[in-house]
Amino acid sequence: MRTPDVELLWWEGCPSTERALADVREALDDSGLRDVEVRIREVTTDEEAAEAGFAGSPTILIDGVDLVPAADDARVGLSCRVYRRRDGRISPVPDPDDLREALTRAAGRTEVTR
Amino acid sequence: MTLSVGDNAPDFKLPDTEGGEWSLSDGDGSPATVVVFTCNHCPYALAWHDRITDAARDYAHRGVRFLAINPNDADRYPRDSFAAMKQRVASEDWPMPYLRDESQEVARAYGARTTPDLFVVDSDGRLRYRGAPDGDYDDPSRRAEWLRAALEAVLAGDEPAEPETRPVGCSIKWKR
Repeated sequence: MRTPDVELLWWEGCPSTERALADVREALDDSGLRDVEVRIREVTTDEEAAEAGFAGSPTILIDGVDLVPAADDARVGLSCRVYRRRDGRISPVPDPDDLREALTRAAGRTEVTR
Repeated sequence: MTLSVGDNAPDFKLPDTEGGEWSLSDGDGSPATVVVFTCNHCPYALAWHDRITDAARDYAHRGVRFLAINPNDADRYPRDSFAAMKQRVASEDWPMPYLRDESQEVARAYGARTTPDLFVVDSDGRLRYRGAPDGDYDDPSRRAEWLRAALEAVLAGDEPAEPETRPVGCSIKWKR
């Protein structure tokens, strides 16, 4: 099992960061990745958002890839991100099952694909 | 500016998505008016939207008015433009008018902080409740219970047991 790189990007205008971070840590725990450190980066300006491809807070990158790739017409910038739960509900945080699935998949990847 | 429970709620006149205009004082005779600061792009506003519209439908027959107001800066957040508001109302079933606060003066006058942020005004124009619809955006079974409790109190001529709660949602997008 490899160790995925996990990064959480957040913006202060959204109150969802704490919940998102707790969900990420729980998903890591559930995926047998308890020791993985979550890197946390605050995005504070539109320029930083554009540079990071930040489609809203929170954005969770696993090995540099957005957990839920934003739509092509999604606006990059300082806003709260809209996620959909697997049951269709709108949520400010990703579905925990999506997190677990992505982390498990990342942990099983080989290192030689790039 | 911060509006406190018991204060007179500021009057306003704002356009809706259907070409009409609405003011708080239009509701003279209504036992209560619920002013809902909301928007198109915020996941909290969207998550609570159905619960708020359900409450609007449930209390309509008791004369309660709901006025939804979008105050966000549409230059930086185009999904909150007046055109996008019109599209949304046209594609959904709204039981309340959706008003545009282009100058953001109404949001400032009310001290609105987030979307959503709710204000219940009684028939005398006094603010009787301010805050969140309920305690959990993620639990539809809560049914906007804080809002409903405040409305029941106002309709009964009582003070809401919990007249103020902390609004939870996306910060209002003020113009720079």
